[in-house]
Amino acid sequence: MRHIISVLLENESGALARLVGLFAQRGYNIDSLTVAPTEDATLSRLTLVTHGNDQVIEQITKQLHKLIEVVKLTDLNDAPHLERELMLVKVKASGAQRDEVKRCADIFRGQIIDVTASTYTVQLVGTSDKLDAFIQALAGTPILEVVRSGVSGIARGEKTLAL
Amino acid sequence: MTSQTKQTEMLSGAAMVIRALADEGVEYLYGYPGGAVLHIYDALFQQSKVKHVLVRHEQAATHMADAYARASGKAGVVLVTSGPGATNAVTGIATAYMDSIPMVVLTGQVMSHLIGDDAFQETDMLGISRPICKHNMSVRRPEDIPAIIKKAFYIAQSGRPGPVVIDIPKDMTIPSQTFPYHYPSEVKLRSYQPKLKGHSGQIKKAISALLTAKKPILYAGGGVIMGGASDELTELAQVLNLPVTNTLMGLGCYPASDKQFIGMLGMHGSYEANQTMHHADLILAVGARFDDRVTNNTKKFCPDATIIHIDIDPASISKTINAHIPIVGLVKPVLIEMLELLQQKKKKLDSAAMKKWWQQIDEWRAVHGGRYDSEAPLLKPQYVIEQVSKITKGNAFVCSDVGQHQMFAAQYYGFNKPNRWINSGGLGTMGFGLPAAMGVKLNYPDADVVCVTGEGSIQMNIQELSTCKQYGLGVKIINLNNGYLGMVKQWQDMNYESRYASSYMDSLPDFVKLAEAYGHVGIRVTEPEQLMPALERAFALKDQLVFLDIHIDPKEHVYPMQIPGGAMNEMFLSKTERT
Ligand SMILES: Cc1ncc(C[n+]2csc(CCOP(=O)(O)OP(=O)(O)O)c2C)c(N)n1
Ligand SMILES: [Mg+2]
Repeated sequence: MRHIISVLLENESGALARLVGLFAQRGYNIDSLTVAPTEDATLSRLTLVTHGNDQVIEQITKQLHKLIEVVKLTDLNDAPHLERELMLVKVKASGAQRDEVKRCADIFRGQIIDVTASTYTVQLVGTSDKLDAFIQALAGTPILEVVRSGVSGIARGEKTLAL
Repeated sequence: MTSQTKQTEMLSGAAMVIRALADEGVEYLYGYPGGAVLHIYDALFQQSKVKHVLVRHEQAATHMADAYARASGKAGVVLVTSGPGATNAVTGIATAYMDSIPMVVLTGQVMSHLIGDDAFQETDMLGISRPICKHNMSVRRPEDIPAIIKKAFYIAQSGRPGPVVIDIPKDMTIPSQTFPYHYPSEVKLRSYQPKLKGHSGQIKKAISALLTAKKPILYAGGGVIMGGASDELTELAQVLNLPVTNTLMGLGCYPASDKQFIGMLGMHGSYEANQTMHHADLILAVGARFDDRVTNNTKKFCPDATIIHIDIDPASISKTINAHIPIVGLVKPVLIEMLELLQQKKKKLDSAAMKKWWQQIDEWRAVHGGRYDSEAPLLKPQYVIEQVSKITKGNAFVCSDVGQHQMFAAQYYGFNKPNRWINSGGLGTMGFGLPAAMGVKLNYPDADVVCVTGEGSIQMNIQELSTCKQYGLGVKIINLNNGYLGMVKQWQDMNYESRYASSYMDSLPDFVKLAEAYGHVGIRVTEPEQLMPALERAFALKDQLVFLDIHIDPKEHVYPMQIPGGAMNEMFLSKTERT
């Protein structure tokens, strides 16, 4: 099953390498990974999407906990949560395709953020599923480039992952 | 504010390294110099509190420090230079990591501004050591050195212990640049707070399960030894009349001569230990990790057993075998809490069931209680180990290499005390034995320290005979010379129709002459009747290193041996018998 794990990590050199190394070393999957400093400069926040059966996920969270620089972590799947991913898609847009792409972007609440005579660049935010669906909906339109940010996640309601 | 009026000492980074070790109570530093650590060596030279042991290869320094830790429970400390010095230490760091041994390894590094330039003797030691140590750090500012060293000792020795590497760029140790020195008395890390006490509710549950069990077994590992909990474990086993088995790493945590001890378990475990495990209805696992060399096929593992698992590392629990009653905590306080609960309990053991269980175990014991052909004309390794045990009264520190001789030592020495059996269990590092024995002998000069080895393993660090001469380390080397990489040969006999691909050691040196060349005593033993006189002579030469080159039956195999893919109790018992 797919899990989203959020981690607060000491913002120290080597900490991220250690965390990523753990996944390679123990053969765990990383589907996506996002990381950036938080409002507290000593901490990084990391969102990791992985998949595996319950036993594997349990091992992943335990092994992450063992890393000295991991301050706190939570498996977002344990409670209601929100997830968002940002995608930028550059497509060929000429002739009739120009309208088609625009309509499609509107339906998905995307924005066209760059325009040339023959291309559009669309920005879209949503769940990973929604981004996948947009790509599918573009079928027929030549896609020149796709860049996705990976998932960021947060728990719903009052639950927080903070110090 | 009187303490602040005291003038702060100003020290260079190099001097701080050594001073911090002294303040940490470190007596010996094992190492080898080189360009990146010369400032530190110079600081070492100018004081007398921390003594340096110069090995002949950095791997030996790590094993010496490691073995000191295994014998004493305290972290051993290593100092090596950058590049090749650091990479030579890698095997020793990995060895300690696999067996959860506390160690602090200081590696030199090129100057900060050269890092990343492929400078002379630069290697990314942080990157190399990351997957084989508990933690690693690099020094960015000289004034941080005391705090980093304190942190390293804390991490290495707390929770589930392990090696910690500190990478020190040369410019952090420049003698002319001094900084205020203050060694912190403690460290607190918001991101690392190992659990100490176990969950009381879980402990209660465990006690109820133990009191209702009809076929319980206590399976204890290296965590009991490193956790200093042998006394508590022994008491618990005796209060509950439990049969006790030890892992390879746990030998000595329960006295082998006691009637409740049923031997080591696992791949080369005793018949009775593996049978008892397999048929148990309750397994109390303490400081052990259900390693694949213990469980055999996990799908067939102990089908009827409820499992209580006590361990400091939550990641060890339910990793390979699901635990029904997990207890995370230091083994010692958990066992103490269990003993206290048992005292309050009115409910007693099911003594009728226990009587039946012990009858069954004794039957298994009678079937196969460590047999070997003692009438054979050639010297048997098992016999040699028994005689070594006799002459040392079962009290020696036995430091082993890796191979058949290691298993014979584990099976036949009979360890009655913890911290006396010192071997590379997790990584299985050939070349560990001699430096390990040296590390122990240096720190316990009055004790008998034996290195059990083979003609293959001993040659992996034989250069250390020179270090032994320099420091007067009177280790007794028991070289069980079978002329083969015996353990490899055994697998080739069993699985490859005796095609001995590179398991024969041709052109062996004359070990007696070799020992003499290094300034030691060498004795060759080729006949059974020569053994006892040779051992007597060797152990009478108190302060001398004696190399006993003992020619044994080259055909001997280690039994029992679990059948691959089978349950715990499926074993080969000899070349012709199996369960
Ligand atoms: C550094 C290293 N290389 C290879 C091995 C694989 N190995 C395990 S046991 C063994 C043979 C050891 O031979 P010897 O020291 O003569 O001991 P014996 O088995 O003959 O008692 C080998 C090669 C190992 N454990 N460690
Ligand atoms: Mg051999």
